[in-house]
Amino acid sequence: MKADRIADPWGARAPYRRHDAWPSRVDAYLAEGVEPGAVQKWVGAASLLHSGGDAMDIAVVDGRMAGVRGRAVDRVSRGRLGPKDLFGWQANASPDRLTRPLVRRDGHLVETDWDTAMELVAARTRELLDERGPGSIGFYTSGQLFLEEYYTLAVLARAGIGTNHLDGNTRLCTATAAEALKASFGCDGQPGSFDDLDHADVIALFGHNMAETQTVQWTRVLDRLAGGDPPRLLCVDPRPTQVARHATLHLAPRVGTNMALLNALLHETIRHDRVDHDFVEAHTVGFEELAERVASCTPEWAADICDVPAARITEAAELVGTTDALLSTVLQGVYQAHQATAAAVQVNNLHLIRGMLGRPGAGVLQMNGQPSAQNTRECGADGDLPGFRNWQNDSHVADLAKVWNVEPSTIPHFAPPTHAMQMFRYAEQGSIAMLWISGTNPAVSLPELARVRALLAQERLFTVVQDLFLTETARLADVVLPAATWGEKTGTITNADRTVHLCEKAVEPPGEARADLDIFLDFARRMDFRDKDGGPLIGWQEPEEAFEAWKRCSAGRPCDYTGLSYDRLRDAGGIQWPCTEANPRGTERLYTDGITWAHPDHCESYGKDLETGAAVDPVEYRSLNPDGKAVLRAAAYVEPHEMPDDRHPFQLSTGRTLYHFHTRTKTGRVAQLDEAAPEVWVEACAADAMRLGLGEGDLVRVATPRGALEARLRVTDIRPGLLFVPFHYGYWDTKEGDGPDGGGPGRAANETTITDWDPASKQPLFKTAAAALTLVARADGRYAPAPTTTASAPSDPDSVPATAGGQQAYATQNSEPGGTP
Amino acid sequence: MKDGIAHTLRALHHGERQLARDLLAVAERHAEEHEVHHVATDLADWSREHADRLAEHAAGEGLRLDDDTPEPRSGEGPEGLLLLHDLRALHLAATENSLHWEMLAQAAQATRDARLLELASACHPQTLRQTRWTDTLIKQVSPQVLTSL
Repeated sequence: MKADRIADPWGARAPYRRHDAWPSRVDAYLAEGVEPGAVQKWVGAASLLHSGGDAMDIAVVDGRMAGVRGRAVDRVSRGRLGPKDLFGWQANASPDRLTRPLVRRDGHLVETDWDTAMELVAARTRELLDERGPGSIGFYTSGQLFLEEYYTLAVLARAGIGTNHLDGNTRLCTATAAEALKASFGCDGQPGSFDDLDHADVIALFGHNMAETQTVQWTRVLDRLAGGDPPRLLCVDPRPTQVARHATLHLAPRVGTNMALLNALLHETIRHDRVDHDFVEAHTVGFEELAERVASCTPEWAADICDVPAARITEAAELVGTTDALLSTVLQGVYQAHQATAAAVQVNNLHLIRGMLGRPGAGVLQMNGQPSAQNTRECGADGDLPGFRNWQNDSHVADLAKVWNVEPSTIPHFAPPTHAMQMFRYAEQGSIAMLWISGTNPAVSLPELARVRALLAQERLFTVVQDLFLTETARLADVVLPAATWGEKTGTITNADRTVHLCEKAVEPPGEARADLDIFLDFARRMDFRDKDGGPLIGWQEPEEAFEAWKRCSAGRPCDYTGLSYDRLRDAGGIQWPCTEANPRGTERLYTDGITWAHPDHCESYGKDLETGAAVDPVEYRSLNPDGKAVLRAAAYVEPHEMPDDRHPFQLSTGRTLYHFHTRTKTGRVAQLDEAAPEVWVEACAADAMRLGLGEGDLVRVATPRGALEARLRVTDIRPGLLFVPFHYGYWDTKEGDGPDGGGPGRAANETTITDWDPASKQPLFKTAAAALTLVARADGRYAPAPTTTASAPSDPDSVPATAGGQQAYATQNSEPGGTP
Repeated sequence: MKDGIAHTLRALHHGERQLARDLLAVAERHAEEHEVHHVATDLADWSREHADRLAEHAAGEGLRLDDDTPEPRSGEGPEGLLLLHDLRALHLAATENSLHWEMLAQAAQATRDARLLELASACHPQTLRQTRWTDTLIKQVSPQVLTSL
């Protein structure tokens, strides 16, 4: 059976009943003219364009990628693939891939050989180490590399260079997930499992547009909704997402007010005594303070702040407060919004006081956005120490030093690892003089782009960019290193529910492009990093050796990989960590038998003040939580820093669409995905549009105190007073290439966003700004280039032609009704 | 030696000397308050010793610190130090407020003034959070600022 998977991103239904196994359905797409019989080999991998970790096989014909298919036995997807996975692989073969290193000479990037480029990088590094010390060098990496690469980068940056400045773009995406888990459970690590979707009675999605960000897991929800004993959904989202359309109850609060809403839900839960007192007593500390903090947070109080009727808040509280199996998921609507960590922590609190943890259908998924965000976190490439070790705990640092055979003082731990936003500030000030950016595109993805471009273009800043394409960021670099990607190199990725998959090399990279791992290893060799006995600091050459080295670093830690190997992952498919020899099948859920990693001696973090970010010191934590229980951390609602006024009467939120990933470097080069959402747009509701005399397709200007963009207007059922702009669109496919043409209004959402971040997680706030909306030109029969299948659907369905992919988007779906993996 | 570190050594050396003098002055002024007198004198010794050790350390690095070193004026010195200076000033101001809250709370207990005690109990924890915040920021920023000048 074939279907247009652009028009229908989620594919055919396979209804199933609560507690049954999700039936398999194998999705596949082969390039036009390639018959299945012509495929010479299928090479195992997992998706790289979202955090779901859906297993797939890459079809290879004559040394080239020719298609993909899902894997029916995969625990995550049962064979399904979303549109980005079905079509995204084609970007690998783009004619404009980088194939040779580039260096800047007389202001221009010119091709060179690897030896010249790498020697330039190493020479600058040595010079800076001699003159200014390790604090002058920073590394900014990705959520899309492999575990082996992050780990190697972490060792070379922290113990080789000895710098505190190493973070990932996961800072923009799911730093709050990690911080919220550390705040509540003392340690990072996803408590729940995707399998909880099979068992939940109520699924509460807080700022999580699952239909677009994790299409395959949303397919799972749709299949359950179509089956017996379906779950009831609570959707908290200011946009009319597909999740909202399928929800039992949809709340669309004013952006920036999640904290007020959650405190009201907690207030109702406690007021009605829907509290599991035995669980609270046995497994938590801080209940009294939490109860006190939310005592005045009535639904009526929150109704005013959130602009949601009090009765709906009461209903929502009843939904989450009376079910026997609550699964909550959280994503950018919380993580990128005002009071991010405080709000995400209140979701944990709701589960802790209701005892909804560690059993089928009762759990929390603090979601990830990117495919290997989890690896960035666990390997210590994201502003943490490897293996979830605590930088404030000397014995953890000593333990890490032992693994690396260096002195503890080699590893900077006098202060928390520097977060990305601070690193860019140091680069702006000049105290960071070299920035090595791998696999990410800050010139489009960071807030306030005019500032970021100026900062990256500074003469005094030496910038190395390692990527597949000449991105907006790469155009500003001093050295550009061509990288191999997924399908062209081997490594592991761990998805949002701790499932580890092996991605194997299927084809050769183009030209002279090299695996990120090989680039880091080349640098380490040139720098001749040594351990304390004079041996090489990094003793591995191959991905599998790097994986084995990481296993030693993870041993005995919460993210224990010691029971895994490349061979086991090849044979068994995805396995959830922790996985040890004693527990070779991995671990479906954490905290099935109490809280395991919050003890003062074991915890990854002693926590932070949720409102100021001030560190809790070890002594304080020990007296607060001597037995290592979960900590119920309370916080008060605080008004957002930027609120609408006369000049900027709207709130502005940025976000993503189903068809694109990050800054479109891959998805924008794939016909099926690009044509589904070819250009930026802005969403406003019908009442606001009518009031301003605007209509579908009008060219409008969105302006904030930082900058402006122009886009066509899509009139939707978004909440009144709110504008939405997708953040994917930059400039690589425009005339200028790295910024707005002729200095005019740009099309990148981040021209307008504010430089402000959550005090605890340091995640920038992309969802709470004030903006003005004005007409530039009438539509003249044109439509906004926004998909109709998703949250950007027009409020009047007949006003715009439906999004479809046509013949080129037909993919197969082989269902085996009732089949189980 | 990094300029930022030299500057901070001078400031701290001066501060420790000054605190030692202040402690001794307090000890003399309140000689009849025995606990204050003795403990302040003991604490002055600590600060004097700190100053001596700082001078010794600096000498080893070729930097002369003595009592004639002029006190760095507020905001003076390398540009990047201004943030640290301001954070330090905020921290000290918050600490002063914290002590005033403590004094009020103690007085409220002594006079059984429930309203004042309630006020102090409600506000003092936030003052302490202010001091922790400045302390956290100083910890984070100072390694970068002091090593980059």
